[in-house]
Amino acid sequence: MNTSSSTEKKIKSRLKGTGYFALAGIPAVWFLLFFLIPFIIVLKISFSEADFSIPPYTPLTQYAEHILNITLNFTNYLSLLSDNIYLYAFISSIKLALFSTVLCFLIGYPVAWAISCTRQSLHGLLIMLIMLPSWTSFLIRIYAWMNLLSVNGLLNSFLMKIGIIKEPLIILNTNYAVYIGIIYCYLPYMILPVYNSLRSIPHTLTEAAKDLGARPAKAFFKITLPLSKRGIFAGAFLVFIPVIGEVMIPQLLGGSQTLMIGNVLWQTFFNSNDWPMAAALAIMMLIILMVPIRLFNRMKATEELIRE
Amino acid sequence: MAEVSNNQNRHNAMQTQGHSLNKSLPEIRKNGHKSRPVILRMEKVCKYYGSHTVLDDVTLNIRKGDIFALLGGSGAGKSTLLKILAGFEQPSSGRVYLDDEDITSLPPFKRPINMMFQSYALFPHMTVEKNIAFGLKQDKLPAKEIKSRVEELLGLVHMEKYAKRKPHQLSGGQQQRVALARSLAKRPKILLLDEPMGALDKQLRSKMRLEVVDIIEKVGVTCLMVTHDQEEAMTMADHIGIMHHGCVIQQGTPIDIYEAPNSLITARFIGSVNIFEGNITSQAADHVVIESNPLPTKIYIGHGITAALESTKVWVAVRPEKIELTKEKPIAEYNWAQGIVDDIAYLGAHSVYHVKLPNGMIVLCNVANTARSAERPTWEDPVYIHWEPNVNMVLNS
Repeated sequence: MNTSSSTEKKIKSRLKGTGYFALAGIPAVWFLLFFLIPFIIVLKISFSEADFSIPPYTPLTQYAEHILNITLNFTNYLSLLSDNIYLYAFISSIKLALFSTVLCFLIGYPVAWAISCTRQSLHGLLIMLIMLPSWTSFLIRIYAWMNLLSVNGLLNSFLMKIGIIKEPLIILNTNYAVYIGIIYCYLPYMILPVYNSLRSIPHTLTEAAKDLGARPAKAFFKITLPLSKRGIFAGAFLVFIPVIGEVMIPQLLGGSQTLMIGNVLWQTFFNSNDWPMAAALAIMMLIILMVPIRLFNRMKATEELIRE
Repeated sequence: MAEVSNNQNRHNAMQTQGHSLNKSLPEIRKNGHKSRPVILRMEKVCKYYGSHTVLDDVTLNIRKGDIFALLGGSGAGKSTLLKILAGFEQPSSGRVYLDDEDITSLPPFKRPINMMFQSYALFPHMTVEKNIAFGLKQDKLPAKEIKSRVEELLGLVHMEKYAKRKPHQLSGGQQQRVALARSLAKRPKILLLDEPMGALDKQLRSKMRLEVVDIIEKVGVTCLMVTHDQEEAMTMADHIGIMHHGCVIQQGTPIDIYEAPNSLITARFIGSVNIFEGNITSQAADHVVIESNPLPTKIYIGHGITAALESTKVWVAVRPEKIELTKEKPIAEYNWAQGIVDDIAYLGAHSVYHVKLPNGMIVLCNVANTARSAERPTWEDPVYIHWEPNVNMVLNS
């Protein structure tokens, strides 16, 4: 901890003056252009009313007869609270994200642990294999899952052929398919940070625990697991935060009972052409995501991602 | 009887040389070494990794209360030996007995042996207190007992003030004390130390050596340490085993090893030494005469050789501090040569003279800096080296 703050000081003193500001300015400009300004536009739209015009919403400010009128329309936010469908979509999104995160942890942690236990020379290869699928287009992979899981798909025909089932299983267009797709896509984001934190634990620590009388399982739960805590948090947030807003996977693999906030937003924007409502939804989603993002920073989970 | 008393003398002499600062020696150490029971026995232990032999038929007896140091360079197999004792590795063949009980296949968490790791391996997410209590908790001792034992250990290593600190808030020396306390917490039958001073800077080393030995002796635990630092082995241990290529090639007190090495490897490994290669020209019960090329005179050894020799070729080892440097020609018939001063390393209390013999061989010779510098030989001075017939050692391997 000491060393990191001292290097920080060193870097600051070296970059004193214009250099420091220039370097710090690049992300600031990026943030301004691609986050803050769009955010303000979305915020603005969320306070207007849907309209049949181009763009399809009423202007927030009107200048008439030397008087500036600002009309703030809160109905979008009110209907967010009053219409059960939005609340339901939010809750089911959070539920899905939570379960997916837990499942990713339960599957990903043992995988990361197994990789960290292998010979050092194998690590690179195994990590590459974990990442390999993500080098193919995301959509193609989801379409592949649709083929695999459909009623006449590979999985069903295989299971029927070996005689485990007689009737095809209905997986596609249910929440099961959504879970399968989400876990499949987000598992690497759990494995990588966990692997990274496991790798940084010296193996002498578990040896020391065993030397002091701890059985292997005890040594794992007392030493390895607590020391990989940050990696677990980092992985959990990397899965949880994007899954909340996931659109494509529920859209393609989910069915009529799958209701997620991302899809509601999509439909409101593209199908109903109700930009202000969609904007209000987006703002709401952002507010909800602030909680895990704050936690993420508080846990210093980012350190786990940038550590060498 | 004679042998025992002789041994005792040696042992006592070693005590004064090694760690004279200790006044509170437990009763067990005052007894002669030979009268103590063997607590740890390694029998014909071998370890192979594929075709690579790491340990080659190691047989080792460690007596109760000993501080035994295994000394060897990297790759000598000493770490593997330690791992086998701790239970992290299984020997390919051979057995390990602790108190006459076979522990060869006992897992580490069941062995009454604890180790202080080279980098200490303190648990970074636990306080000093919890680190020390870890082993006791595994034994499911009552909380009260754990608490009092931890306090006792914190007192032993003078770390009471730091009980609530995390390891990263401690200095290197403090971390070592915590590691030592943790490894002593369960009152192990054997304490293993892996390069105990390896992670410390040089100044702290000499201080911690004495401190660690002091604590170990206070507790009275049998201790096996592994080190590549001969000074560390000499000051901390009362018995040393020299390891080379997976074999323990010599065991004995530091004095035995230094004064009577049994091979060239040991002689070279401990301290510095001058080696003269030569041939035996005449041999009697009480003396041997050896002809060596670099020397104009023959080498006279003041004792007979008991070992059977395969050839007349031998090596004579002479320690630099045993060689006398004079400006005048020695009157003796044997054991001297003429040379010129090639280099002088001034070390304060003494200087190491590098004397070049006519054939180019460099002989090291320690000269105590008692005389004034003007009277001492200087660079390019012609000098004579000479040693007494009873200080050199004949080695045949």
